[in-house]
Amino acid sequence: MSVQEVLPLGGLATGSSGQFRADHLLVAEMVKPGSKVLDVGCGEGDLLQLLETRGIDGRGIELSREGVNRCVAKGLAVVQGDADTDLVNYPDDAFDYVILSQTLQATRQPRVVLENLLRIGRRAIVSFPNFGFWKMRLQLLVGGHMPRTENLPATWYDTANIHFCTIKDFVQLCDEINVKMERSVALDLYGRPVPLNLPWWVWNMFGEQAVFLLSRGGGK
Amino acid sequence: MGGVKSIPSPAISADERSHEVDHPSSQIAHFGAEQPLRLDCGVDLTPFQIAYQTYGELNADRSNAVLICHALTGDQHVANVHPVTGKPGWWETLVGPGRPIDPKHYFIICSNVIGGCMGSTGPASINPATGKVWGLDFPVITIPDMVRAQAMLVDRLGVDTLFAVVGGSMGGMQVLQWTAAYPGRVFSALAIACATRHSAQNIAFHELGRQAVMADPDWHGGGYADHGIHPHRGLAVARMAAHITYLSDAALHRKFGRRMQDRELPTFSFDADFQVESYLRYQGSSFVERFDANAYLYLTRAMDYFDIAADHGGVLAKAFAEIATRFCVVSFTSDWLFPTSESRALVHALNASSARVSFAEIETDRGHDAFLLDVPEFFDISRAFLQSAGKARGLKDG
Repeated sequence: MSVQEVLPLGGLATGSSGQFRADHLLVAEMVKPGSKVLDVGCGEGDLLQLLETRGIDGRGIELSREGVNRCVAKGLAVVQGDADTDLVNYPDDAFDYVILSQTLQATRQPRVVLENLLRIGRRAIVSFPNFGFWKMRLQLLVGGHMPRTENLPATWYDTANIHFCTIKDFVQLCDEINVKMERSVALDLYGRPVPLNLPWWVWNMFGEQAVFLLSRGGGK
Repeated sequence: MGGVKSIPSPAISADERSHEVDHPSSQIAHFGAEQPLRLDCGVDLTPFQIAYQTYGELNADRSNAVLICHALTGDQHVANVHPVTGKPGWWETLVGPGRPIDPKHYFIICSNVIGGCMGSTGPASINPATGKVWGLDFPVITIPDMVRAQAMLVDRLGVDTLFAVVGGSMGGMQVLQWTAAYPGRVFSALAIACATRHSAQNIAFHELGRQAVMADPDWHGGGYADHGIHPHRGLAVARMAAHITYLSDAALHRKFGRRMQDRELPTFSFDADFQVESYLRYQGSSFVERFDANAYLYLTRAMDYFDIAADHGGVLAKAFAEIATRFCVVSFTSDWLFPTSESRALVHALNASSARVSFAEIETDRGHDAFLLDVPEFFDISRAFLQSAGKARGLKDG
């Protein structure tokens, strides 16, 4: 397990900046202008709107009807659908990037979803909350209850999130299904990138969330 | 036992209706022998005419034309008072000043489909070869035939690329046919409450309607015009049956429940005791005032035959291969005639074709008819879709 290549940040994702979420800014920075992007679980389309301001041809899939209708009302090309069941309908190589932003933990089959992302897109960008974050660990260790944070406020019995993982777990999954990690960034509690020169376990401990730019591995 | 009242005769005479068939109170485009309409059944229809309405002005670069496609029993009077019924345009909620499709921004075209009975050549028109009404001698037409005729009209109006093609139900089928047949001529497509093919259940309902028309002794094998009558009872029954499919159980219950009409107790007869009965009878009788029975047979048949995938080797995605048109597909939760699953199949095919597609399902209990009713969420989506398409098209406002 290793983070293979860590590219310098362009200075965009330095804390939550204005109207856009830090992880969205980071994702948008990873996408080459002019490319074609599918945002799976696009919510109300904030990321897609950010991408469109950069000349990126964006599409979205969203499970909730309210989310879809808001997106369409914003003029975004978004369809109602379920990441677990609908990705199979998309042909190979249909997009340059497929984005799964803060949605992996809500899918029934994260591994299958991840495989589909990299079949449909030449690259995938995945962001997720890190369950290895020190606050999470502390709540379980000291409090003895399932962790809840500002970003994940739901209680264990009514959360849509069913497959939490840590940064370490995710990296392992990527290794297992032969996915190449082109770039990875952990963001701390304030949306700031965790310094890159720190050892790997620090990321897993102090990254509140992580963003990975992935591509297909060569060995398949 | 009380007496049995059947469906009343229409208040408008057959003469008044037939006047609109050949001399409609709208604009008409005539196509002579040099421009026949090649029909799917192999016949060249000539001469023929298309009745249409326009609203708004075509802009200098001819980029703001919107074609509205009407549903089964609609016509070209989308946003003006109807010449026969005196009622507002059938899509006044969507089309008109301040509406999502505003004549201030767009050049709006709506034509009566070929095979119809409001001024476009159809079975109720006079066959120039015989000087008599066509009746069942009129060739069977299809949705692609309707679209081919519309394309000839759009050519005549000097429009190359339509900014948008918009329609619901049968109109939605025409929208899809436009994008499949003329992908380069449709910038954006708004397909509402429709499907890429007519389902077996829907064909079954149409057959019920047709059989009701044909069972009317006044139908005379389709030759009722020669007898100076109209099979209004059969057509009204067809309309009543169809109307039920346009609504939902919840909407009917909310509107009528089991309430009685002008009485407290049942009459123990087959009078319209229940409000829902008089409502249906009214729907049936007002429909026959403006619609021709044979046209109903032809247009239902056109919908039955519709199957875009079948025209592309059974692969729906092939119909939309490499398409640049921007799509917005809308369905309604309580629509059981064109359920969301049908729209979803279309969206999957468009995704597979890598088309730019939006899809929204609107929550409503009003059934298939919801697309004609005042449903704000639907209007918001239509407006936003057309505005963003307008921006991409370089239209000033929209």
